[in-house]
Amino acid sequence: MELSQELRITGVKINYLYVCERKLWLFDRGVCMEHTSDKVLLGKLIDEFSYPKEEKRRILIDDLICIDILDEEEIREIKYSDSLEEPNRMQILYYLYYLKKLGIYKKGILNYPKQRKREIVELTPEKEREVEDAIKRVEEVIKRETPPPVEKKKYCRKCAYFEFCFVSE
Amino acid sequence: MQKDLYIFSSGTIKRKENTIYFEPKEGEKKYFPIENISAIHLFGEVDINTKALNFFAQNNIIIHVYNYYGYYSGSYIPREKNVSGELLVKQVEHYLNKEERMYLAYSFVEGALFHMQRNLREYENTEEFIFKIKQELEKAGTCNDINELMGCEGRARDAYYDAFNVILKGKFLFEKREKRPPKNPINALISFGNSLTYSAVLSEIYKTQLNPTISYLHEPRERRFSLSLDISEIFKPLITDTIIFKLINNNMLKDEDFDQDVNYCYLSESGRKKFIKEFETKMDTTIKHRKLGRNVSYRFLIRLECYKLIKHLLKDEIYKPLKAWW
Ligand code: SF4
Repeated sequence: MELSQELRITGVKINYLYVCERKLWLFDRGVCMEHTSDKVLLGKLIDEFSYPKEEKRRILIDDLICIDILDEEEIREIKYSDSLEEPNRMQILYYLYYLKKLGIYKKGILNYPKQRKREIVELTPEKEREVEDAIKRVEEVIKRETPPPVEKKKYCRKCAYFEFCFVSE
Repeated sequence: MQKDLYIFSSGTIKRKENTIYFEPKEGEKKYFPIENISAIHLFGEVDINTKALNFFAQNNIIIHVYNYYGYYSGSYIPREKNVSGELLVKQVEHYLNKEERMYLAYSFVEGALFHMQRNLREYENTEEFIFKIKQELEKAGTCNDINELMGCEGRARDAYYDAFNVILKGKFLFEKREKRPPKNPINALISFGNSLTYSAVLSEIYKTQLNPTISYLHEPRERRFSLSLDISEIFKPLITDTIIFKLINNNMLKDEDFDQDVNYCYLSESGRKKFIKEFETKMDTTIKHRKLGRNVSYRFLIRLECYKLIKHLLKDEIYKPLKAWW
């Protein structure tokens, strides 16, 4: 099955759309700060050490979506922190939507090993519309000529882009 | 915390599992865990093999090489991972557009001259020099091309260096700025300090998506990493010169810290070590950033300057050079 052009975006971008549009825009332009952030490194380490026994880890589909763990019935995403639940949920919903377009039907599970928490995510028709809407919004943000201006959020201070966004003069 | 590693002696650098070790010609091997190294500076005669180079590349560690006299001669820069095609295009656009280029070039001069005046204000009897620098800054604002701008910068710098004889106490007298080869101790200190500042700026540029070869005040064809020269202008008075004032005015330097002859003067190994110690202390010094509300080191201020430049290029926020407020 031929996937439509609008699906050529990564799961991370859907995630960032819900975190911060500015972050999404900068990330899309290759202006990344992640490599300098200790928190991101910590997330990666937790990710690597949390589920050593699972075999099908880090599955990359069409160079676009990267699924942490793929099982018979479900896909799983491992997240370091549950402070941004909505973005994480939308990211996994996007994966489910994408897989459905490929004819694969699964459930999603979000794992927060640090908090010993898991959440089951299912793709309902309503959620499907939400995903489609998100895809359109990602496209709109990316199309902008200039980055969306800084809007102070409560998690800006923890964001890898904090110094970048808030430095002036 | 990651630190810059300075190697003065001659010997060999090799990799062993996840560490790097240095084996001097004489003496014991020294081991350095890779995660503690941010950049390496080689002053001695050092052999290094590709196994070690690959390991440095994997860990994004830059190696700066200095020649026999302690001057920067080049860097080993791992393949860039942080590339942004869009940013590169914008960097070039700003170079090709005359107005855009002049704006950035002027900004670097503005930052440099601001810090020169700031240094002089700390000392008595420097008013006439400050006045000259101020005049040149005003002229710089009306320049139509880079050459004129460079002229203003040069004259301001001459006035600034003239003030050194007022500022500096003790036996060191400063006649005039000579680069190659430096003929007196002050020139040797300036050249050495500027080399270190240049490589520190390059290390920070490398951590961002900026391309170090495209510059605005200096011509990109002038030297390979001319953006590093541009940004260094702002930091040289802030870092190099304040270290020189401290070393000289506190009588921290002795004759054996220099290798001298009628035709040249260079820092000896002991002199370089003293300078580097002060340099590292300075780079680690933190100040409370008024916009970020966080403590940032001098080294990080350089990175912030890169961020501001990126924001300017992306038309996010107009670039204003750092003007030390503390
Ligand atoms: S610091 Fe705030 S505004 Fe900037 S990218 Fe992060 S969340 Fe967005």
